[in-house]
Amino acid sequence: MLLLQCPYCGVNAEETELAAGGEAHLKRATVGDSDEAFEGYLFMRENKKGVHLERWRHAYGCGKWFLAARDTATLEVFGTYPAQTTEPPADVTENIRAKYPDWSWKETA
Amino acid sequence: MSNAVSALNGKTATGPVTVQELGLTGMVTLRGDFEDEGFAAAVTQLTGLQIPDVRQFQTDGVKTVLWMSPDELLVVLPYTEVNAFVTAMNDALAGSHYLVANVSDARAIFSVSGEFATEVLGKNAPVDFEASQFVAGMVRRSRVGQVAAAYWKLDDGSFRVVCFRSVAEYVFGLIATSATAGPVGVY
Ligand SMILES: [Zn+2]
Repeated sequence: MLLLQCPYCGVNAEETELAAGGEAHLKRATVGDSDEAFEGYLFMRENKKGVHLERWRHAYGCGKWFLAARDTATLEVFGTYPAQTTEPPADVTENIRAKYPDWSWKETA
Repeated sequence: MSNAVSALNGKTATGPVTVQELGLTGMVTLRGDFEDEGFAAAVTQLTGLQIPDVRQFQTDGVKTVLWMSPDELLVVLPYTEVNAFVTAMNDALAGSHYLVANVSDARAIFSVSGEFATEVLGKNAPVDFEASQFVAGMVRRSRVGQVAAAYWKLDDGSFRVVCFRSVAEYVFGLIATSATAGPVGVY
């Protein structure tokens, strides 16, 4: 069972209260971008066995979207944070590195 | 004018835990920026109540203001006062970014009371109803069985449950059946 704390209402929401929204921190391709950029934005996704940054929605609760860092293999949660962020916050990154010292995110690697 | 009737017209299942559909009840969804002074002032002026803290509600016994999300409140008030309230709220908030919607006839509201009401609700929701965790004055949006619902706990230990009108029969049946089945001894 997966429990994620919603950063908006503080509830430790159980999986059935949540809706998964795929990979977090995608950057939208826009007018003038190449076909490759659009292909990447629309279709190319991380498919990690391990630490993954994801979007989740507290669908049956406050209804808000938030982001979560978790291990897809063990379901260990390293932290949840508001959707209005462009990269994982420092405390979440610290939690991940405490477990996986070599971890790096594609955007900061 | 047509004769307004609530979803289950006051249907009641009596027992150690009594489940009652509360009949016609005014319910208004309010959305806006809680930090905005104009919004907060309008809520306080027209309800007599403060905007509640996260997952809390404020009540004077007649009107209740419930925290539904960081930008959404549910106001519960007498059915006959709804239209005047919505008009007054629209007047007070005109020009700002807000939403006021009369959802009285789009929702169903229930009372769940009795010695093991907590257990009855706990059977159907992924929520910790332990008395020290779910205290009076608290509201929680989650689900009842398979459908979305919100519930809050009153000072007397009873609960109010709100769901969409279209699933009122399901929610009533589920809670009433769970009540008939007795307590499980968790709480
Ligand atoms: Zn939430």
